[in-house]
Amino acid sequence: VLERLRNPWPDHRAERTLGAVSSLVCVLVVAMVVFVGIHAWPTFQHNGLSWLGSGTDLGRQIADQQNTTQHPPPSAYHLRAWPVIYGTLLTTGVAVVMALAISVFSSIFIVELAPARLRRLAIPVIRLLASVPSVIYGLIGILVLVPFVGNELITSAEKNSVQNVVELTGAGLGVTVVILTVMITPIMVALICEALVSVPSSWREGAIALGVNPLRAVLAVTVRAARPAIVAAAVLATARALGGAIMISMVSGSRAFSPKPIDGLVFLFEPLRTLASGIVDYHEGIGAPALGATLYAFALLLLFSAFVLSIAGYLIKLPLRRYQVRG
Amino acid sequence: MSAYTRRRPPIAPPPGPPMKTGRGRRSSPMTWRWGDRLALAFAWSAGIGLCLIAAAIVGYMGYRGVQYLRPGLLFDRPTLSTTQSGSGGFLDPLIGTALLTAIGVLLAVPLAVGGALWIAEYGRPTWLARVVESSIEMVAGTPDIVIALFGLSIFQLGLFAPFSFKASGGGVFGKSFIAAGAMMSLIALPPLFTATRDGLQAVPEHMREAAFALGKTRIATIRRVLLPSVSSNIATGVTLGVSRIIGDTAIVVLLLGETLRLDPQGSAPGIGLLRGTGSTLTSYVYANSPAGEGGAPEKAYAAAFVLLVFVLGLNLLVDRIGRSQADSTGLTVAGAVV
Repeated sequence: VLERLRNPWPDHRAERTLGAVSSLVCVLVVAMVVFVGIHAWPTFQHNGLSWLGSGTDLGRQIADQQNTTQHPPPSAYHLRAWPVIYGTLLTTGVAVVMALAISVFSSIFIVELAPARLRRLAIPVIRLLASVPSVIYGLIGILVLVPFVGNELITSAEKNSVQNVVELTGAGLGVTVVILTVMITPIMVALICEALVSVPSSWREGAIALGVNPLRAVLAVTVRAARPAIVAAAVLATARALGGAIMISMVSGSRAFSPKPIDGLVFLFEPLRTLASGIVDYHEGIGAPALGATLYAFALLLLFSAFVLSIAGYLIKLPLRRYQVRG
Repeated sequence: MSAYTRRRPPIAPPPGPPMKTGRGRRSSPMTWRWGDRLALAFAWSAGIGLCLIAAAIVGYMGYRGVQYLRPGLLFDRPTLSTTQSGSGGFLDPLIGTALLTAIGVLLAVPLAVGGALWIAEYGRPTWLARVVESSIEMVAGTPDIVIALFGLSIFQLGLFAPFSFKASGGGVFGKSFIAAGAMMSLIALPPLFTATRDGLQAVPEHMREAAFALGKTRIATIRRVLLPSVSSNIATGVTLGVSRIIGDTAIVVLLLGETLRLDPQGSAPGIGLLRGTGSTLTSYVYANSPAGEGGAPEKAYAAAFVLLVFVLGLNLLVDRIGRSQADSTGLTVAGAVV
């Protein structure tokens, strides 16, 4: 009895228990795909893949779905989701490209250029920026940036020019992209800095010894060697940007409108809606079956993109593993 | 032996004038090409700009926080009111945040630590270990709003009805502290798992070998040798997980309902609270911002300031516990950006 008290778990049972606990995570992931898929199914059943296309006025369509009964007719599921998909692609794409440029150069600054004292200051600052909750970014956006843009940057002539189509309040593409960029840049900076540090400094010194100036040596040697890690960081940041729901729902103006580049500068001020922010905007109406199916279809699309990005990140990091460079 | 210790004869200096040493002809940015100079300027301005943005955010929130935060707000319950002065404080959101964090961590720790132990110490069907690792990466990459919808769909099942808030007509909403906490554990899982696994992999092999040589089984080694030596990694992971949980809004908004006050379900004191709905600091900020229906920006600023102070505190805590585990730049701990 004493022996059992002192050693309650035989080894093989412990192994099986821990293995079962670990497998629970796989079960959860499968369950997530299955549950979201089941709830999204009616949408794809009634719309097919043309659901992804453009067509009807999305805002009115969703409002109609909200008012459907508990057993809606098949026609209630009719929806074309292109405006939100376009909004998601637009915000994510622009924010990731901007964040990529800023983060590569600021990582070079932190790793190579900054004096030691400035570097000691910059590192906690970046970590702080990365950990600010998204709702605080949203709050600053909606209470500071949106009124500023709405009152100072948009002229009344610009407001009048699109008066019949959409109302410009300041909330829209520009503010969304700026805040999204600030949100994802620190993550990329942290990952890129790690990668830059792990490239042997003798490679860069060799280039400098050949007469290249230090900055060009960093760009041509260190950054190039760390390229897979930089792409992997961008992939991770894309996943974050796709899921930025609360912040975008607060500052994007929340209208299923597609900003049109033809409108010139006004393009930056036009409101939009993304997949994730659409779920937040309409979550109260999820009880209506047709709307619920639509929201779950948004979620399924997000889940699918997250999986694709996860696999892409893994594939990109493969050459890094081979060279024993951490990324 | 003597071959190694013999001193070499000094090398004769080259003939001619002595070479310039020290700061001679170093490449100065003034001699660079324009493109390089522009890139240099961009690098400096990007780095310093990021620091300025962070300073602006913290400074602005601090200013607003000092302006609007009153000690009474921390101990007042929110009340429904049309004016900002009458709408009470955020005691209930504070309790809600604490409660959700506790549930999330309690559920995540066994899952993450057990998983990390199995991966690092057993991991025997290799394919299963690989599947487990990649599914944790997938959980890490899943947006929180999708996790929230997943939670809604499972807690609306009749099977889980006892865990959540019910309408008077018997409809299951799937909203409760238990539902939100369970989904929060998924948010906290990846950093906790990674921190523990990296800690276990950093334990030198000879410690395990010494334990095996003393006749300990694997599980005894884990309990007596490995767990004590990775406890600080687990603590770092918990801190990272907690800072994820208290910063998350989407799960709270979808799974905890819109009531700002704690709204227990049923009469049993403890269980009723867990089955009921409520709010957290993040959902309080959201509800009081112009995006929610509250429209009390002063309260939103005050609550956001408290939230930011919590996040800063956790940041410092990670710094304190995790200094030895931080990667070479000190920017990431256990593969997670803190």
